[in-house]
Amino acid sequence: MAKLPLVFTVNGVEQAELVEPGSLLVDVIRDKLGLTGTRVGCGQGTCGACTVLINGEPTLSCLTLAVRTNEQEVTTIEGIATNGALHPLQRAFAERFATQCGFCTAGMIIAAKALLDRNANPGRDDVIDAISGNICRCTGYEPIVNAILAAASDMRAAKSA
Amino acid sequence: MALEILRAESVSQAAGTLAGDDRAHFLAGGTFLVRAVTTGDGAIRKLVLADGLGLDRIALGDTVTIGSAVTMAEVAREPRLAYLAPVAESIGGPAVRNMATVGGNLFARSPYGDFTVALLALGAAVVSETLDGEEIADLEVFLRDGPKRGGIVRSVRFTAPPAGAFSYLKVTRKHPHGASVLSIAALLPKTADKATGVRVAYGAMAPRPMRARAVEAALEGKVLDAAAINAAAEVAAEGTAPEDDPQASAWYRRTVLPVHLRRLLSGDAH
Repeated sequence: MAKLPLVFTVNGVEQAELVEPGSLLVDVIRDKLGLTGTRVGCGQGTCGACTVLINGEPTLSCLTLAVRTNEQEVTTIEGIATNGALHPLQRAFAERFATQCGFCTAGMIIAAKALLDRNANPGRDDVIDAISGNICRCTGYEPIVNAILAAASDMRAAKSA
Repeated sequence: MALEILRAESVSQAAGTLAGDDRAHFLAGGTFLVRAVTTGDGAIRKLVLADGLGLDRIALGDTVTIGSAVTMAEVAREPRLAYLAPVAESIGGPAVRNMATVGGNLFARSPYGDFTVALLALGAAVVSETLDGEEIADLEVFLRDGPKRGGIVRSVRFTAPPAGAFSYLKVTRKHPHGASVLSIAALLPKTADKATGVRVAYGAMAPRPMRARAVEAALEGKVLDAAAINAAAEVAAEGTAPEDDPQASAWYRRTVLPVHLRRLLSGDAH
């Protein structure tokens, strides 16, 4: 079947691609746009490594047909730093040992960003729920939860400063 | 993937496409269907998108109508469906809840389909578009017979339960969210302290969500005291046919079911 046009915004930049009808969003992001920060873990919607934001909502890019994101806004891990400065979540993950092998990290940070965009002052349970669809096989989750809470606190402090 | 993706102008046009091709499927959230395609299910060659067909609406009143493309996240966000929020929030993580739909959940097999368990307890009906026009089926019949050829679920519909009459419990190995070891939903309206119009449904206690008729019979017309709860727990596993899977064995599910039923009925559900 003929390829289909896909025009969408990725990390604030408009992109136009011709994609196979059955192409998955994660494959377009990684292979066509070269944004390889988003990982494919299980490819079945179980591990959360491929989580991206579509119009601000966390979504599994491995289960999303790329053509369905036409005219939508996609945010990946590459799009959350501003002017070269890491996002507070990225900083907190790096500084607080919340990343070991790193495979789940992009999905974790994107899932956490969706939470902090909606709730600036989350409790521990809110954080645990926000990353409940993301599997980490290294850290035991505690440093990740702590890093997200620390980032939230950093962001509140920066806002009131 | 040599997949054909189609957009329909209307639900009836989509129904026509599905009726004409066994390998055509209707795609809402994609948490089951796209996974099936990715893992090599060659029986899926055409996907008709649910996008833009107006199936994503919720209508509230004495009768509640939830469109088939409404997501779990949208159900959880609706304040007037607060009794269903614990059900919607027990499914997947936030990303899955943004994708998984009420309509898709009707087709889930054990250990999935917890939302359908709740709908069974609420006595829901399934409204489908078929080649013969709109058709309304009791959810239990729909689960037994499947959709009609070419049928597309438009919505589910049920009478809003009396305040406090609906309860739900889900047991998982992974916390806070995971696939069900089992789930139980119960509708226990009370007339003069006695339970009347009792409906109890199970998830993961059979290949598809099922009603617990023996439990319903044990509770109907009773005050929910220790004796009634004991009687219900005793017949809890009647009619069940759970499966062995990575969450639990069939034996384990049958063994712990009465414990969790007892907790739900006595208000001790976690």
